[in-house]
Amino acid sequence: MSKKILFAEDEEVLLRSLTEILTQEGYDVTGVMDGESAIEQVTKNNPDLILLDLILPKKDGFEVLKSLKAGETTKHIPVIVLTNLESLGDISRALEAGASAYLVKANYDLEDVLKKIEAVLGT
Amino acid sequence: MKTRREKIIDQIFFWRECKEYGLSVWVCPNFLFLVMGILTIVGMLATYEISQGFTEEGFAALLVALVALVIFVPGSIIVQSFEKMATANRMKTEFVSIVSHQLRSPSSAVKWSLNLLMGNRLGDLTPKQKEYLDLVHYNNERMIKLVNDLLNISRIEKGELFLNQNELDVAELIKKVVDSLSPLAKSSNINLNFNPPHNGELKVYGDEVYVGVVIYNLVDNAIRYSKKEGDVEVKAFLIEDKKVRVEVKDNGVGIPKKEQALIFQKFFRSKNIAKHQSDGTGIGLFIAKAVVEQMGGAIGFSSKEDEGSTFWFEVPTGQRKSKKTFI
Repeated sequence: MSKKILFAEDEEVLLRSLTEILTQEGYDVTGVMDGESAIEQVTKNNPDLILLDLILPKKDGFEVLKSLKAGETTKHIPVIVLTNLESLGDISRALEAGASAYLVKANYDLEDVLKKIEAVLGT
Repeated sequence: MKTRREKIIDQIFFWRECKEYGLSVWVCPNFLFLVMGILTIVGMLATYEISQGFTEEGFAALLVALVALVIFVPGSIIVQSFEKMATANRMKTEFVSIVSHQLRSPSSAVKWSLNLLMGNRLGDLTPKQKEYLDLVHYNNERMIKLVNDLLNISRIEKGELFLNQNELDVAELIKKVVDSLSPLAKSSNINLNFNPPHNGELKVYGDEVYVGVVIYNLVDNAIRYSKKEGDVEVKAFLIEDKKVRVEVKDNGVGIPKKEQALIFQKFFRSKNIAKHQSDGTGIGLFIAKAVVEQMGGAIGFSSKEDEGSTFWFEVPTGQRKSKKTFI
Protein backbone atom coordinates (compact mmCIF):
# COMPACT_ATOMS: atom_id res chain seq x y z
CA MET A 1 0.00 0.00 0.00
CA SER A 2 1.33 3.43 -0.85
CA LYS A 3 2.19 5.79 1.97
CA LYS A 4 -0.18 8.64 2.71
CA ILE A 5 1.11 12.20 2.86
CA LEU A 6 -0.82 15.26 3.95
CA PHE A 7 0.47 18.54 2.51
CA ALA A 8 -0.72 21.84 4.01
CA GLU A 9 0.30 24.78 1.79
CA ASP A 10 -1.66 27.86 0.78
CA GLU A 11 0.44 28.72 -2.29
CA GLU A 12 -1.21 26.84 -5.16
CA VAL A 13 1.87 26.49 -7.38
CA LEU A 14 3.90 24.99 -4.55
CA LEU A 15 1.06 22.69 -3.57
CA ARG A 16 0.64 21.48 -7.15
CA SER A 17 4.31 21.01 -8.02
CA LEU A 18 5.24 19.01 -4.92
CA THR A 19 2.01 16.98 -5.17
CA GLU A 20 2.90 16.19 -8.79
CA ILE A 21 6.36 14.84 -8.01
CA LEU A 22 5.13 12.89 -4.97
CA THR A 23 2.29 11.31 -6.96
CA GLN A 24 4.77 10.32 -9.67
CA GLU A 25 6.86 8.65 -6.99
CA GLY A 26 3.82 6.63 -5.94
CA TYR A 27 2.71 8.44 -2.79
CA ASP A 28 -0.92 9.10 -1.95
CA VAL A 29 -1.03 12.88 -1.43
CA THR A 30 -3.84 14.98 0.03
CA GLY A 31 -3.45 18.74 -0.25
CA VAL A 32 -5.10 21.28 2.04
CA MET A 33 -4.82 25.04 1.93
CA ASP A 34 -5.45 26.07 5.54
CA GLY A 35 -4.63 25.00 9.08
CA GLU A 36 -8.11 23.96 10.16
CA SER A 37 -8.57 21.56 7.25
CA ALA A 38 -5.11 20.19 7.97
CA ILE A 39 -6.16 19.11 11.47
CA GLU A 40 -9.49 17.81 10.13
CA GLN A 41 -7.79 15.71 7.46
CA VAL A 42 -5.23 14.26 9.85
CA THR A 43 -7.91 12.82 12.10
CA LYS A 44 -9.92 11.57 9.13
CA ASN A 45 -7.09 10.17 7.03
CA ASN A 46 -4.35 9.20 9.48
CA PRO A 47 -1.43 10.01 7.12
CA ASP A 48 2.10 8.58 7.45
CA LEU A 49 3.69 12.02 7.09
CA ILE A 50 2.65 15.67 7.25
CA LEU A 51 4.26 18.46 5.23
CA LEU A 52 3.41 21.73 6.91
CA ASP A 53 3.80 25.36 5.88
CA LEU A 54 4.02 27.79 8.80
CA ILE A 55 2.04 30.71 7.42
CA LEU A 56 -1.43 29.35 6.76
CA PRO A 57 -4.90 30.90 6.91
CA LYS A 58 -7.35 30.11 9.75
CA LYS A 59 -4.76 28.32 11.91
CA ASP A 60 -1.03 28.83 11.42
CA GLY A 61 1.51 26.03 11.28
CA PHE A 62 2.63 26.44 14.88
CA GLU A 63 -0.95 26.00 16.11
CA VAL A 64 -1.45 22.97 13.87
CA LEU A 65 1.79 21.45 15.15
CA LYS A 66 0.78 22.08 18.74
CA SER A 67 -2.63 20.52 18.39
CA LEU A 68 -1.25 17.48 16.51
CA LYS A 69 1.44 16.83 19.11
CA ALA A 70 -1.18 17.13 21.86
CA GLY A 71 -3.41 14.43 20.35
CA GLU A 72 -2.78 10.82 21.45
CA THR A 73 -3.44 9.36 17.99
CA THR A 74 -1.67 12.07 16.02
CA LYS A 75 1.44 12.84 18.03
CA HIS A 76 3.56 10.06 16.51
CA ILE A 77 3.05 11.23 12.90
CA PRO A 78 6.28 12.87 11.65
CA VAL A 79 5.97 16.49 10.50
CA ILE A 80 8.32 18.19 8.02
CA VAL A 81 8.04 21.96 8.18
CA LEU A 82 8.30 23.53 4.71
CA THR A 83 8.47 27.27 4.97
CA ASN A 84 10.20 30.41 3.84
CA LEU A 85 10.61 31.76 7.36
CA GLU A 86 14.13 31.35 8.59
CA SER A 87 14.68 33.30 11.77
CA LEU A 88 16.36 31.44 14.57
CA GLY A 89 13.24 31.94 16.71
CA ASP A 90 10.95 30.30 14.14
CA ILE A 91 13.27 27.35 13.59
CA SER A 92 13.71 26.55 17.26
CA ARG A 93 10.01 27.13 17.96
CA ALA A 94 9.03 24.63 15.26
CA LEU A 95 11.60 22.03 16.32
CA GLU A 96 10.67 22.38 19.98
CA ALA A 97 7.01 21.94 19.04
CA GLY A 98 7.95 18.56 17.60
CA ALA A 99 8.79 19.01 13.89
CA SER A 100 11.08 16.30 12.49
CA ALA A 101 12.76 18.53 9.91
CA TYR A 102 12.79 22.18 8.90
CA LEU A 103 13.27 23.06 5.22
CA VAL A 104 13.39 26.51 3.64
CA LYS A 105 11.50 26.27 0.35
CA ALA A 106 13.51 28.84 -1.56
CA ASN A 107 16.76 27.03 -0.76
CA TYR A 108 15.71 23.47 -1.64
CA ASP A 109 15.12 21.84 -4.99
CA LEU A 110 12.07 19.62 -5.33
CA GLU A 111 14.31 16.56 -5.64
CA ASP A 112 16.04 17.49 -2.34
CA VAL A 113 12.65 17.78 -0.64
CA LEU A 114 11.74 14.37 -2.07
CA LYS A 115 14.94 12.85 -0.65
CA LYS A 116 14.21 14.33 2.75
CA ILE A 117 10.69 12.88 2.68
CA GLU A 118 12.07 9.45 1.74
CA ALA A 119 14.57 9.67 4.58
CA VAL A 120 11.91 10.53 7.15
CA LEU A 121 9.54 7.80 5.88
CA GLY A 122 12.35 5.28 5.53
CA THR A 123 11.37 4.41 1.96
CA MET B 1 1.86 39.48 18.35
CA LYS B 2 3.14 40.29 21.83
CA THR B 3 0.85 39.92 24.79
CA ARG B 4 0.33 42.74 27.27
CA ARG B 5 2.55 41.03 29.77
CA GLU B 6 5.36 40.69 27.26
CA LYS B 7 5.01 44.36 26.38
CA ILE B 8 5.31 45.39 30.02
CA ILE B 9 8.36 43.16 30.47
CA ASP B 10 9.84 44.74 27.33
CA GLN B 11 9.44 48.16 28.91
CA ILE B 12 11.11 47.15 32.15
CA PHE B 13 14.02 45.47 30.36
CA PHE B 14 14.13 48.21 27.72
CA TRP B 15 17.74 47.58 26.70
CA ARG B 16 16.76 44.19 25.28
CA GLU B 17 14.73 45.86 22.56
CA CYS B 18 17.61 48.20 21.76
CA LYS B 19 19.99 45.28 21.54
CA GLU B 20 17.61 43.47 19.22
CA TYR B 21 17.96 46.33 16.76
CA GLY B 22 21.71 46.67 17.07
CA LEU B 23 21.81 49.70 19.36
CA SER B 24 24.21 49.71 22.27
CA VAL B 25 22.86 50.76 25.66
CA TRP B 26 24.62 54.15 25.50
CA VAL B 27 22.64 55.32 22.49
CA CYS B 28 19.39 53.62 23.50
CA PRO B 29 16.71 56.35 23.76
CA ASN B 30 15.05 54.71 26.75
CA PHE B 31 18.35 54.59 28.63
CA LEU B 32 19.15 58.22 27.73
CA PHE B 33 15.74 59.21 29.05
CA LEU B 34 16.49 57.52 32.35
CA VAL B 35 19.91 59.18 32.60
CA MET B 36 18.33 62.54 31.85
CA GLY B 37 15.73 62.06 34.57
CA ILE B 38 18.42 61.29 37.14
CA LEU B 39 20.49 64.24 35.95
CA THR B 40 17.54 66.59 36.30
CA ILE B 41 16.85 65.44 39.84
CA VAL B 42 20.51 65.74 40.81
CA GLY B 43 20.67 69.18 39.23
CA MET B 44 17.56 70.32 41.09
CA LEU B 45 18.81 69.05 44.46
CA ALA B 46 22.23 70.59 43.97
CA THR B 47 20.77 73.95 42.99
CA TYR B 48 18.51 73.86 46.01
CA GLU B 49 21.37 73.04 48.37
CA ILE B 50 23.65 75.74 46.99
CA SER B 51 21.07 78.49 46.62
CA GLN B 52 19.75 77.95 50.16
CA GLY B 53 22.96 79.38 51.61
CA PHE B 54 22.70 82.82 50.05
CA THR B 55 19.17 83.51 48.97
CA GLU B 56 15.66 83.36 50.35
CA GLU B 57 13.28 80.40 49.91
CA GLY B 58 11.14 81.80 47.10
CA PHE B 59 14.02 82.73 44.88
CA ALA B 60 15.68 79.35 45.52
CA ALA B 61 12.55 77.59 44.28
CA LEU B 62 12.58 79.74 41.15
CA LEU B 63 16.25 78.91 40.53
CA VAL B 64 15.58 75.20 40.92
CA ALA B 65 12.75 75.39 38.42
CA LEU B 66 14.93 77.30 36.00
CA VAL B 67 17.80 74.81 36.23
CA ALA B 68 15.38 71.90 35.77
CA LEU B 69 14.02 73.59 32.62
CA VAL B 70 17.50 74.25 31.22
CA ILE B 71 18.49 70.60 31.67
CA PHE B 72 15.20 69.08 30.65
CA VAL B 73 14.25 70.91 27.45
CA PRO B 74 17.40 70.45 25.33
CA GLY B 75 17.87 67.01 26.86
CA SER B 76 14.46 65.78 25.85
CA ILE B 77 14.89 67.21 22.35
CA ILE B 78 18.08 65.19 21.96
CA VAL B 79 16.48 62.04 23.32
CA GLN B 80 13.51 62.49 20.99
CA SER B 81 15.68 62.82 17.94
CA PHE B 82 17.60 59.71 18.98
CA GLU B 83 14.30 57.91 19.31
CA LYS B 84 13.21 59.02 15.84
CA MET B 85 16.42 57.71 14.32
CA ALA B 86 16.15 54.44 16.18
CA THR B 87 12.55 53.99 15.03
CA ALA B 88 13.46 54.78 11.42
CA ASN B 89 16.31 52.30 11.58
CA ARG B 90 14.10 49.61 13.06
CA MET B 91 11.39 50.20 10.45
CA LYS B 92 13.96 49.91 7.68
CA THR B 93 15.28 46.62 9.03
CA GLU B 94 11.76 45.25 9.40
CA PHE B 95 10.78 46.47 5.94
CA VAL B 96 13.75 44.73 4.33
CA SER B 97 12.98 41.57 6.24
CA ILE B 98 9.26 41.55 5.32
CA VAL B 99 9.86 42.37 1.65
CA SER B 100 12.50 39.70 1.28
CA HIS B 101 10.29 37.08 2.87
CA GLN B 102 7.49 38.05 0.52
CA LEU B 103 9.85 37.76 -2.46
CA ARG B 104 10.79 34.25 -1.45
CA SER B 105 7.28 32.95 -2.02
CA PRO B 106 7.11 33.61 -5.78
CA SER B 107 10.74 32.67 -6.35
CA SER B 108 10.31 29.31 -4.64
CA ALA B 109 7.16 28.74 -6.74
CA VAL B 110 9.21 29.42 -9.88
CA LYS B 111 12.02 27.21 -8.61
CA TRP B 112 9.83 24.19 -7.98
CA SER B 113 7.94 24.55 -11.28
CA LEU B 114 11.27 24.72 -13.11
CA ASN B 115 12.50 21.66 -11.21
CA LEU B 116 9.52 19.72 -12.57
CA LEU B 117 10.00 20.91 -16.14
CA MET B 118 13.79 20.52 -16.21
CA GLY B 119 13.69 17.14 -14.53
CA ASN B 120 11.62 15.95 -17.51
CA ARG B 121 8.85 14.99 -15.14
CA LEU B 122 6.23 16.69 -17.31
CA GLY B 123 7.49 15.25 -20.57
CA ASP B 124 10.65 15.57 -22.64
CA LEU B 125 11.96 18.97 -23.65
CA THR B 126 13.62 20.02 -26.88
CA PRO B 127 17.23 21.23 -26.51
CA LYS B 128 16.15 24.77 -27.25
CA GLN B 129 13.41 24.70 -24.60
CA LYS B 130 15.93 23.32 -22.15
CA GLU B 131 18.40 26.06 -23.01
CA TYR B 132 15.85 28.78 -22.22
CA LEU B 133 14.71 27.08 -19.04
CA ASP B 134 18.35 26.96 -17.95
CA LEU B 135 18.47 30.71 -18.39
CA VAL B 136 15.28 31.22 -16.39
CA HIS B 137 16.65 28.92 -13.71
CA TYR B 138 19.97 30.78 -13.55
CA ASN B 139 18.20 34.11 -13.16
CA ASN B 140 15.76 32.84 -10.58
CA GLU B 141 18.67 31.48 -8.53
CA ARG B 142 20.28 34.90 -8.81
CA MET B 143 17.17 36.46 -7.39
CA ILE B 144 17.06 33.94 -4.54
CA LYS B 145 20.70 34.74 -3.72
CA LEU B 146 19.93 38.44 -3.69
CA VAL B 147 16.98 37.93 -1.35
CA ASN B 148 19.11 35.72 0.91
CA ASP B 149 21.75 38.45 0.98
CA LEU B 150 19.15 41.01 2.04
CA LEU B 151 17.88 38.70 4.76
CA ASN B 152 21.45 38.17 5.92
CA ILE B 153 21.90 41.91 6.27
CA SER B 154 18.89 42.27 8.50
CA ARG B 155 20.05 39.22 10.46
CA ILE B 156 23.49 40.75 10.95
CA GLU B 157 21.93 44.03 12.05
CA LYS B 158 19.65 42.31 14.54
CA GLY B 159 22.54 40.18 15.82
CA GLU B 160 20.79 37.00 14.71
CA LEU B 161 23.24 35.58 12.22
CA PHE B 162 23.54 31.97 13.23
CA LEU B 163 26.68 30.07 12.19
CA ASN B 164 27.31 26.37 12.59
CA GLN B 165 30.72 25.17 13.72
CA ASN B 166 31.60 22.13 11.67
CA GLU B 167 35.00 20.97 10.55
CA LEU B 168 35.59 22.30 7.03
CA ASP B 169 38.28 21.91 4.42
CA VAL B 170 38.85 25.40 3.01
CA ALA B 171 40.61 24.03 -0.09
CA GLU B 172 37.55 21.88 -0.91
CA LEU B 173 35.28 24.91 -0.56
CA ILE B 174 37.53 27.00 -2.82
CA LYS B 175 37.53 24.23 -5.43
CA LYS B 176 33.73 24.16 -5.42
CA VAL B 177 33.53 27.94 -5.79
CA VAL B 178 36.14 27.99 -8.58
CA ASP B 179 34.22 25.24 -10.42
CA SER B 180 30.91 27.07 -10.15
CA LEU B 181 32.44 30.37 -11.28
CA SER B 182 34.62 29.08 -14.11
CA PRO B 183 31.85 29.53 -16.73
CA LEU B 184 31.62 33.20 -15.73
CA ALA B 185 35.42 33.52 -15.88
CA LYS B 186 35.56 31.85 -19.28
CA SER B 187 32.87 34.06 -20.75
CA SER B 188 34.78 37.12 -19.49
CA ASN B 189 38.15 35.88 -20.84
CA ILE B 190 39.60 35.60 -17.37
CA ASN B 191 42.08 32.93 -16.31
CA LEU B 192 40.87 31.68 -12.97
CA ASN B 193 43.59 29.77 -11.11
CA PHE B 194 43.72 27.88 -7.86
CA ASN B 195 46.55 25.55 -6.89
CA PRO B 196 45.33 23.63 -3.86
CA PRO B 197 47.92 22.74 -1.20
CA HIS B 198 48.25 19.19 0.12
CA ASN B 199 44.91 17.62 0.85
CA GLY B 200 43.31 18.12 4.20
CA GLU B 201 45.78 20.76 5.31
CA LEU B 202 43.43 23.69 5.59
CA LYS B 203 40.90 22.67 8.22
CA VAL B 204 38.84 25.27 10.07
CA TYR B 205 35.67 25.21 12.15
CA GLY B 206 32.84 27.13 10.61
CA ASP B 207 29.60 27.14 8.68
CA GLU B 208 30.01 25.53 5.28
CA VAL B 209 27.35 27.68 3.64
CA TYR B 210 28.59 31.00 4.98
CA VAL B 211 32.32 30.34 4.50
CA GLY B 212 31.36 29.34 0.96
CA VAL B 213 29.54 32.66 0.57
CA VAL B 214 32.64 34.57 1.72
CA ILE B 215 34.89 32.82 -0.81
CA TYR B 216 32.26 33.08 -3.53
CA ASN B 217 31.84 36.81 -3.01
CA LEU B 218 35.59 37.48 -3.16
CA VAL B 219 36.18 35.40 -6.30
CA ASP B 220 33.03 36.68 -7.97
CA ASN B 221 34.11 40.27 -7.33
CA ALA B 222 37.62 39.57 -8.64
CA ILE B 223 36.20 38.23 -11.91
CA ARG B 224 33.60 40.95 -12.33
CA TYR B 225 36.01 43.77 -11.65
CA SER B 226 38.77 42.48 -13.89
CA LYS B 227 39.34 44.22 -17.17
CA LYS B 228 38.42 42.58 -20.44
CA GLU B 229 41.21 40.05 -20.14
CA GLY B 230 43.01 39.18 -16.97
CA ASP B 231 44.06 36.72 -14.32
CA VAL B 232 42.41 35.90 -11.05
CA GLU B 233 44.53 33.89 -8.70
CA VAL B 234 43.26 32.24 -5.55
CA LYS B 235 45.79 31.16 -2.92
CA ALA B 236 45.25 29.45 0.40
CA PHE B 237 47.83 28.52 2.98
CA LEU B 238 48.46 27.88 6.63
CA ILE B 239 50.10 30.46 8.91
CA GLU B 240 52.03 28.95 11.82
CA ASP B 241 49.42 26.20 12.19
CA LYS B 242 47.14 28.81 13.74
CA LYS B 243 45.32 30.42 10.88
CA VAL B 244 44.22 29.71 7.35
CA ARG B 245 44.80 32.61 4.99
CA VAL B 246 42.98 32.93 1.68
CA GLU B 247 44.03 35.47 -0.93
CA VAL B 248 42.20 36.43 -4.10
CA LYS B 249 44.30 38.51 -6.47
CA ASP B 250 43.12 40.21 -9.65
CA ASN B 251 44.69 42.67 -12.08
CA GLY B 252 41.49 44.55 -12.65
CA VAL B 253 40.18 48.05 -12.17
CA GLY B 254 41.28 48.46 -8.53
CA ILE B 255 39.75 50.71 -5.91
CA PRO B 256 40.47 54.45 -5.79
CA LYS B 257 42.41 55.44 -2.67
CA LYS B 258 39.80 57.78 -1.25
CA GLU B 259 37.10 55.13 -1.44
CA GLN B 260 39.12 52.37 0.20
CA ALA B 261 37.94 53.19 3.71
CA LEU B 262 34.32 52.58 2.72
CA ILE B 263 34.72 49.25 1.01
CA PHE B 264 33.21 46.98 3.69
CA GLN B 265 30.19 49.19 4.31
CA LYS B 266 26.87 47.83 3.21
CA PHE B 267 25.49 49.03 -0.11
CA PHE B 268 28.79 50.71 -0.93
CA ARG B 269 29.91 50.60 -4.55
CA SER B 270 33.01 52.32 -5.82
CA LYS B 271 32.45 54.99 -8.49
CA ASN B 272 34.91 53.57 -11.01
CA ILE B 273 33.33 50.14 -10.62
CA ALA B 274 29.91 51.31 -11.74
CA LYS B 275 31.43 51.98 -15.18
CA HIS B 276 32.62 48.39 -15.56
CA GLN B 277 29.81 46.51 -13.88
CA SER B 278 26.30 47.78 -13.50
CA ASP B 279 25.37 44.55 -11.76
CA GLY B 280 26.09 44.49 -8.05
CA THR B 281 24.60 45.60 -4.80
CA GLY B 282 27.47 46.26 -2.44
CA ILE B 283 26.23 43.60 -0.05
CA GLY B 284 28.78 40.82 -0.58
CA LEU B 285 31.76 42.29 1.24
CA PHE B 286 29.62 43.51 4.13
CA ILE B 287 28.38 39.96 4.69
CA ALA B 288 31.88 38.52 4.20
CA LYS B 289 33.26 40.79 6.90
CA ALA B 290 30.50 39.92 9.37
CA VAL B 291 30.99 36.17 8.84
CA VAL B 292 34.80 36.27 9.07
CA GLU B 293 34.73 38.41 12.19
CA GLN B 294 32.16 36.18 13.84
CA MET B 295 34.55 33.28 13.25
CA GLY B 296 37.22 35.24 15.13
CA GLY B 297 39.13 36.12 11.96
CA ALA B 298 40.05 39.21 9.97
CA ILE B 299 39.47 40.43 6.43
CA GLY B 300 41.21 43.10 4.37
CA PHE B 301 42.65 44.10 1.01
CA SER B 302 45.29 46.05 -0.79
CA SER B 303 44.47 47.80 -4.03
CA LYS B 304 45.76 50.22 -6.61
CA GLU B 305 43.55 51.91 -9.15
CA ASP B 306 43.99 50.45 -12.67
CA GLU B 307 46.41 47.81 -11.39
CA GLY B 308 44.20 45.49 -9.38
CA SER B 309 43.29 44.35 -5.91
CA THR B 310 44.15 41.53 -3.53
CA PHE B 311 41.47 40.62 -1.03
CA TRP B 312 42.38 38.31 1.84
CA PHE B 313 40.88 36.82 4.93
CA GLU B 314 42.31 34.81 7.81
CA VAL B 315 40.39 32.50 10.10
CA PRO B 316 41.69 30.54 13.10
CA THR B 317 42.10 26.78 12.71
CA GLY B 318 41.03 25.93 16.25
CA GLN B 319 37.52 25.36 17.47
CA ARG B 320 35.95 28.29 19.26
CA LYS B 321 34.79 27.89 22.82
CA SER B 322 31.05 28.02 22.32
CA LYS B 323 29.50 25.53 19.96
CA LYS B 324 27.00 28.02 18.64
CA THR B 325 27.87 31.66 18.23
CA PHE B 326 25.95 34.80 17.53
CA ILE B 327 27.25 38.15 16.45
